[in-house]
Amino acid sequence: MIIKVVNLKKYFPVQKSFLERLFARKLDYVKAVDGISFEIEKGEVFTIAGESGCGKTTTGRLVTRLIDPTDGKILFKEKDITFLRGEELRRLRKHIQIIFQDPYASLNPRMKIGEIVGHPLEIHEIATGDEKKKLVLEMLEKVDLKPAEKFYDMYPHELSGGQRQRVAIARAMILNPDFIVADEPISMIDVSLRAKILELMTELKEEFDLTYLFITHDLAVAKYISDRIAIMYLGKIVEMGQKELIFSNPLHPYTIALLSAIPIPNPKRKRKRIELKGEVPSSINIPSGCRFHPRCPYKEDICSKEEPQLIEAEKDHYVACHRVQ
Amino acid sequence: MGESILEVKGLKVYYYTREGVVRAVDNVDFFMEKGETVGLVGESGSGKSTLGFSILKLIPPPGKIVDGKIIFDGIDLTELDEKEMREIRGKRISMVFQDPMTSLNPLMKIGDHLVETIMTHEEVTREEAEERALALLRDVGIMPDRFHDYPHQFSGGMRQRVMIALALALNPDIVIADEPTSALDVIVQFQILDLMERLKKQYNVGMIFISHDISVVAEISDKIALMYAGQIVEYANAIPFFEEHLHPYAELLLQSVPNIELSDQKLKYIPGLPPDLLHPPSGCRFHPRCPYAESICKEKDPPLLEINTGHFVKCFRYK
Ligand SMILES: Nc1ncnc2c1ncn2[C@@H]1O[C@H](COP(=O)(O)OP(=O)(O)OP(=O)(O)O)[C@@H](O)[C@H]1O
Ligand SMILES: Nc1ncnc2c1ncn2[C@@H]1O[C@H](COP(=O)(O)OP(=O)(O)OP(=O)(O)O)[C@@H](O)[C@H]1O
Ligand code: SF4
Ligand SMILES: [Mg+2]
Ligand SMILES: [Mg+2]
Repeated sequence: MIIKVVNLKKYFPVQKSFLERLFARKLDYVKAVDGISFEIEKGEVFTIAGESGCGKTTTGRLVTRLIDPTDGKILFKEKDITFLRGEELRRLRKHIQIIFQDPYASLNPRMKIGEIVGHPLEIHEIATGDEKKKLVLEMLEKVDLKPAEKFYDMYPHELSGGQRQRVAIARAMILNPDFIVADEPISMIDVSLRAKILELMTELKEEFDLTYLFITHDLAVAKYISDRIAIMYLGKIVEMGQKELIFSNPLHPYTIALLSAIPIPNPKRKRKRIELKGEVPSSINIPSGCRFHPRCPYKEDICSKEEPQLIEAEKDHYVACHRVQ
Repeated sequence: MGESILEVKGLKVYYYTREGVVRAVDNVDFFMEKGETVGLVGESGSGKSTLGFSILKLIPPPGKIVDGKIIFDGIDLTELDEKEMREIRGKRISMVFQDPMTSLNPLMKIGDHLVETIMTHEEVTREEAEERALALLRDVGIMPDRFHDYPHQFSGGMRQRVMIALALALNPDIVIADEPTSALDVIVQFQILDLMERLKKQYNVGMIFISHDISVVAEISDKIALMYAGQIVEYANAIPFFEEHLHPYAELLLQSVPNIELSDQKLKYIPGLPPDLLHPPSGCRFHPRCPYAESICKEKDPPLLEINTGHFVKCFRYK
């Protein structure tokens, strides 16, 4: 086990105007992540999938300790890292890295590629000068930015989206981390370049013995890259398990709806109707009981009253739904 | 073959920027029959939106239609002046955008958007217009009690429904939908695709559905037009396109997208980078990335040829 998360929560206070604050009885919170638990084994690709706003990025930022949780625990290699601070947190960063969605915003436009990729080496006092340059050039080769010497002196704006994402990957890999959170790493790059980035990430994973927490809203991508998948809805994991089980035997009504809504490059397929009405409600007013109940075609009385727990429905396949006992 | 409604011939639309001429649409031919849906698909920057906007002659400066004809219902739109175009826009050809907020007035009630559109174009009383607005809203799945709500009270999916109602309000012949579902989550996207599928039959309207996502296009199109670097490189009915695509770009593109119906799919990727339209490659614009390229591909621009009935491809491998 490399990462374990127990009942993790992150509530953000809702920004209000002065008057609203004056008269409000209590603060409202966005329950971005509302009590999730999972474990990731070494060498695994564990994917968190779900629609916009379900809490994927917040989970990624919590696990990499970029933000503090409201409640819950995060263990890295058995060690509690939930509230690490200062020097200890800095040392943790060597082992846990994150790749962001937007390869345009995440790279400093005034730094050369060589400086961007080499920066972590300096911060962590691993290498400077020629030694640093040597390591950076090696890393650029590994992410296929060749000739590395040429890319070393270029600026982010001179690169394509796919090349920038390679720079972000190189920067994340240079410290030789154990664990990488990749937050929608391909969603903002050209369609024709995506497959290559996925392949690169898979190759690097083997070579560097990495573990990934992969975040995506695209279940077709999740199916391609993952070993295990967790489906999130409004801050909660509603289903989790071995990839094959999620796709061949989805159990949660939300997962079923999500899977049947995925477009397929096959015009002969007859679309199955999904009975799902409406859109995801706001994460400020989360519905009672099962938070999916207002949209669920199978809801029963109990669903609006009691919150279903995540239970093991079959080996390595968990679901939180009252229909599944 | 049905009745032709739109025929684009040799269309060239260029942007005259400070860096040089961007050949965003460069010699495009295609045609469309009444009531059919053409999926216009291609990577970012391949010229899809430019082609869509040019049909309505809404190219923003420094863009210009440089050459070609756009024959809509027998009239060449390139010959019409701005006043004559206003009779076409909205009424006979309308548009739906990716971001509905760009076309909705935040200070205007949802229902009034529709009423206003109908009343500016047609001789009707306010009561008649309101009645039609309510019927349109019902058709796109919006309850009458939301008639007096403002755009910000609507979710992204609901706003897109309003846009669709607006696009259909004057019973046009063609709706040009530019990435109408690209900003939406997958379930809402599904709901909108489902709605569009139903409405295009009910209103007997033709559609140009623009998307960078070949899977989305597969869900809704009768025909597929594949764009690469400002040109249509393959044009065919949807089923033959997906099953017997001819162009090397089509082949590689389809092998590079994850398909949830396949298990153990081996993704392939397209080598090289998308082209720069300021300096498009010589000859066939795909040649630097094409695994089948031969010396002629570098030198000459291949013609768009009809290889099987209704199946067009622009590639020297086919004669
Ligand atoms: N710093 C913040 N302050 C207040 N609310 C926040 C903050 N960050 C996230 N949220 C809210 O928390 C919820 C979850 O957001 P998060 O970014 O984790 O979702 P996501 O699943 O990554 O969505 P997307 O697919 O759009 O990236 C959303 O309602 C979001 O608006
Ligand atoms: N107003 C403009 N001025 C200059 N160049 C432009 C302008 N609009 C578009 N272009 C250029 O024209 C080319 C085609 O752009 P267009 O927006 O039509 O592509 P697209 O296929 O719709 O892309 P996307 O999928 O990103 O929407 C691009 O190279 C783009 O940079
Ligand atoms: S014309 Fe040549 S380069 Fe272009 S797609 Fe066909 S084979 Fe490839
Ligand atoms: Mg996110
Ligand atoms: Mg566009």
